[in-house]
Amino acid sequence: MKTNAPIILSELRHRYGKNQALHETSLTIPAGKMVGLIGPDGVGKSTLLGLIAGARKIQHGSIMVFNGDIRNQHFRNTISPRIAFMPQGLGKNLYATLSVFENINFFGRLFGIKTTQRHRQIKRLVEATGLAPFQDRQAGKLSGGMKQKLGLCCALIHDPDLLILDEPTTGVDPLSRRQFWELVKQIRDRRPGMSILIATAYMDEAEGFDWLIPMNDGKVLQTGTSAELKQLTTTETLEAAFIALLLHNKGYKKRALTIPPLQGKTDKIAISAQGLSKNFGHFTAVDKVDLEIRQGEIFGFLGSNGCGKTTTMKMLTGLLPATSGSARLFDNPVQADSMATKHRVGYMSQGFSLYEELTVMQNLHLHARLFNLQEDDARQRINSLLQRFNLVSYADENAGTLPLGIRQRLSLAVAVIHTPDLLILDEPTSGVDPIARDSFWELLIELSRNQGVTIFISTHFMNEAERCDRISLMHAGRVLVTDAPEAIRRSRGTSNMEDAFIAYLEDEQDPEIPFPQNTQLSGQRIESTHNNTFDIRRLLGYSIRESLEILRDPVLLAFALLGSALLMLVLGYGISLDVENLTFAVLDRDQSPLSRDYIQNIAGSRYFIERPPLYSEEELDKRMRSGELSLALEIQPGFSAALKRGRMAEIGVWIDGAMPFRAETINGYVQGMHLSYLTDLAKRKTGEDITLLPATLQPRYRYNQDFKSIHAIVPAVIPLLMMFIPAILTALSVVREKELGSIVNLHVSPSCRLEFLLGKQMPYIALSMAGFLCLILVAVFVFSVPLKGDIFFLCLTGLLYVSASTGFGLLLSSFTRTQIAALAGTAIITLLATVNFSGMTEPVSSLEGMGRIIGDNWPASSFIIIVRGVFTKGLGYGDLAREFRHLVIFAPAFTLLSLLLLEKQEK
Amino acid sequence: MNVQHISVKTVYNLFLKEISSIRHDKILLVLIIWAFSGAIYIATTATSTQLHKAPIAIVDEDQSPLSKQIGDAFYAPYFNKPVSITFPEVDPVLDSGSFCFVLIIPCNFQRDVTAGKQPELQINIDATRMTQSFIGNSYIQSIIQGELTNFMGSIDNGTELPFTLVPHYKYNPNLSSGWFGSIMEILSNVTFLSIILTGAAVLREREHGTLEHLLAMPVSPVEIVASKVIANGVVVLVAVVLSLFIMVRAVLGVPIHGSIALFVAGTALHLFATTSLGIFLGTLARSMPQLGLLLILTILPLQLLSGSITPRESMPDIVQHIMLASPSTHFVSFAQAILYRGAGLETVWPQFIVLAIIGLIFFITATAKFRQFVADN
Repeated sequence: MKTNAPIILSELRHRYGKNQALHETSLTIPAGKMVGLIGPDGVGKSTLLGLIAGARKIQHGSIMVFNGDIRNQHFRNTISPRIAFMPQGLGKNLYATLSVFENINFFGRLFGIKTTQRHRQIKRLVEATGLAPFQDRQAGKLSGGMKQKLGLCCALIHDPDLLILDEPTTGVDPLSRRQFWELVKQIRDRRPGMSILIATAYMDEAEGFDWLIPMNDGKVLQTGTSAELKQLTTTETLEAAFIALLLHNKGYKKRALTIPPLQGKTDKIAISAQGLSKNFGHFTAVDKVDLEIRQGEIFGFLGSNGCGKTTTMKMLTGLLPATSGSARLFDNPVQADSMATKHRVGYMSQGFSLYEELTVMQNLHLHARLFNLQEDDARQRINSLLQRFNLVSYADENAGTLPLGIRQRLSLAVAVIHTPDLLILDEPTSGVDPIARDSFWELLIELSRNQGVTIFISTHFMNEAERCDRISLMHAGRVLVTDAPEAIRRSRGTSNMEDAFIAYLEDEQDPEIPFPQNTQLSGQRIESTHNNTFDIRRLLGYSIRESLEILRDPVLLAFALLGSALLMLVLGYGISLDVENLTFAVLDRDQSPLSRDYIQNIAGSRYFIERPPLYSEEELDKRMRSGELSLALEIQPGFSAALKRGRMAEIGVWIDGAMPFRAETINGYVQGMHLSYLTDLAKRKTGEDITLLPATLQPRYRYNQDFKSIHAIVPAVIPLLMMFIPAILTALSVVREKELGSIVNLHVSPSCRLEFLLGKQMPYIALSMAGFLCLILVAVFVFSVPLKGDIFFLCLTGLLYVSASTGFGLLLSSFTRTQIAALAGTAIITLLATVNFSGMTEPVSSLEGMGRIIGDNWPASSFIIIVRGVFTKGLGYGDLAREFRHLVIFAPAFTLLSLLLLEKQEK
Repeated sequence: MNVQHISVKTVYNLFLKEISSIRHDKILLVLIIWAFSGAIYIATTATSTQLHKAPIAIVDEDQSPLSKQIGDAFYAPYFNKPVSITFPEVDPVLDSGSFCFVLIIPCNFQRDVTAGKQPELQINIDATRMTQSFIGNSYIQSIIQGELTNFMGSIDNGTELPFTLVPHYKYNPNLSSGWFGSIMEILSNVTFLSIILTGAAVLREREHGTLEHLLAMPVSPVEIVASKVIANGVVVLVAVVLSLFIMVRAVLGVPIHGSIALFVAGTALHLFATTSLGIFLGTLARSMPQLGLLLILTILPLQLLSGSITPRESMPDIVQHIMLASPSTHFVSFAQAILYRGAGLETVWPQFIVLAIIGLIFFITATAKFRQFVADN
């Protein structure tokens, strides 16, 4: 085993835009220890861990890991198999639609572990973590605690020397949390040399770590063991020590938050629920919950993420209809649209849903207006709230740029702006530092005790639960117990709330889960092939995973296959360049047999439909203007008389020129019919063939004798659809990983960008080829367009083409950051280039300017010629070699460009 | 559905909020500006729907003054300078698509013409290029007729046609296609952007949790939907007006015949329908990729079958009937009437009424679906 080395940070700095996330830091983190980064959200813990893990690009300064500089890409590749990184957020780097086994298997492939060894290792890990009975369950359907165990399995699959865990227990129920730490302890017992770096916001957890780095506002406050920190600040607990460091206040004693007892108990009920249940499909989120909250009470809801707290709260506000059971607010049944109750309730949703682009002031004003406060009252109210919530100095800042603690205060201010009688607060203190949390509670206590506001609050902090008048413990959709915190503790005979909760949870524990099991979590060294350049196995790993994800989304799959066939039907039938059924009318001022004969000649053609005759110039003008007529003929009085006298006569032809190509076509038809009429006329008069011209012109319409546009359009719709759908799906698949966070697996694993890009592209190529075959079948069997050429050649070029269109999707996704931008960008570019400039309606050679340049450099131009050629002209490679060569270039070119633009590390 | 609470003040406040959201989304702004400036410019200057620089080849087996005269009669802008090829090359060049037309002049053509033997000229046309093939054929016919008449005229006075046609192209005498293209590009971007903007906005606001937050306040779904419809509609409408005056009129120099005010009024009705449709699609999708596919499935037929790319009367009856339910069909129809033919309200009122009805149906459906959409997670 290689010896472990300390991590040395020197002059490290990091900023996001204007925001300095990490101030200059130089620090040596000892090896082989369990090191904790402690502090609330947004102080730079995640940034620091991301930098060490290699997920973020170092902006300034350097980091030495395993005795090497990780700014060097090559060195980073050699050490990344020795590091494991589990990012913040429950299951953030996992794939929700993949099963437990498939997730771990993917990570194993990513680190190049051979199949038999991989399977052995997975078996050991799932048994040790108690996930063995759930191997086939999708990751998205696991509880928070199980997700974190799975995350740990994925991190341990390659047996790393350095394990980096970013807030692994946030939002997890106390029992799972305890089990998680036991697992970590077991790992350390087996592998004493392993270094573990953990960020956490829970001070009680951090007490047990070997070495601590308290952080605040992008700065490291101090380093040392828990005992050293407490001694340095002369405090009793780590939390107090942290606050003392924060305030530079030695000997800080936590000011006990005094909560005056609830005065004048009423029996009036603010909220009541009976047998309230909510099902999402087969999943029961809330299971027969009974609740009664008295007016003026502070009522707490305690439970882990996903246990049904939020769903219950939403049902009580009327946001979500209950599946069964009843809920009453102030003795009225909860109704979604009851404006009266809404005025009495203030609601603060999880994650502080503010309008981030509005300032603090604008947010407050918007809410005041929405609650119909009078303008003067609103101003007064807002001023007093700004004062009381200490928001005056932030009034003109955008809500999106505020620190979390300030945002939380703003959210509360917004929720109470209309002086509600009841406040429903969904996890209002998550991620906020202890000081801000306490001052938030002071506000709550004032609202409750001085203003008689009923407060219904959910939390996963045990010490907050103890401040409530009564609490409910909730787990897996059910309320386990409801009582005063003191009473709950006493009933289980435990010294604190957490132990009491765990005792309740253990009663509930699914007997299926065997835990803890002292099996080997990490055993012998894993042999893995570390190929630093390009490894087909990792590429396949990406492909297999992406394919599984596609197969698990039947809606997407159906859209992609049936949707394209459907579009083909609609467009194939609908787009027609045949100019037919043209309406015309005649202003016949001659009214002679000859003029009527002439009109009959036109009306009899299959191109024209005669409308009621015209009687005046004004009418002609009016009816053409409305679009009713495309063509009008005007025959002057004395037309036939003039003709008989052998004088030159004229017929006026009026054509609607609004659509130029249609106008040209109409003119062509009319001229042709005119000529044939004259020939006919001459023949009738003289009885012999009179030739009007000295030579005959013989047009031969090649490839499409009937001159039916369906044979030209249907083959052109195939390239159109095979551009849009593959490009958009591929673009979204990468950007989605960026938005959801699983892209971090690319950043911290030894895999290179090419493996990632090609690996993701392959399943979409396969999917698109299936779609392509569907379209060919529709063209041949539904539209009866004959396929005259070589079908294998067609499929080969189809493969090149969808490689190009998926490649174009990858290219766009390599630099866009949001799904909306990727969607709109891909749609706008491909729509313009493919519909207008690829020779679908007119050949590229007759385009000019930018359009010509785009047309010449767009894969659809060549592919339309190839598809039309193979379908209608029966051509093969020999005839289409130029287009084929042109088409070959695109896929590699797009991939190369994406490779240059995609970042291997986050900025 | 029970009657929902509607307050003009609330809608106005939400409208202001929507506007400031759009203002802060730089990518969307760039997209909107591009769609109504650069995209219009490129489409207008590049595309020419009538015959333009058509590639033509000639097999001249006669090599006489007359055949040379005919060859010289093809020139820009309608045709590229004819390329001379040999007979065996005819099939390959047509197959590869390098030429649209190949004219074959047989041996002794001039001699036979002079002798009144009615020789035959053959024009080979690549019929897979529909529009060009047909229009090109009639151009070629009339060019050759002209040349032959000239030639015969210089020899003797041949037969004269008894009467002629005098064609006038109404509303667009020069059949300039930029004129057609720029307006149609604006129409298509109006439909496209308004649907995509509202659809994505709804989905994103749900992901951020702010929709749910709004519904917990005394705000009803109909007010939220109305504010989104108005805000996004106004943004696109302003872009259209600016684009008409700055891009179409000033930069591209396209004349606009009809009343711009009437067109703007009609566009507002159209936007009412498309933004409501956008919201409805947004409520159907569970994720952005799904919305993306849904948008493609909707927008492509809406655009390609509206009558702006190919004439409506050429479509099969069933497609014509179905497309009557699409707002874009009526939009294109009244826009062509007003902007190209200078029609007034007395002509386009039926389309206006139909658009208002379609809009109302979409609006009501979107609102009805809205609450359920916020609740589903």
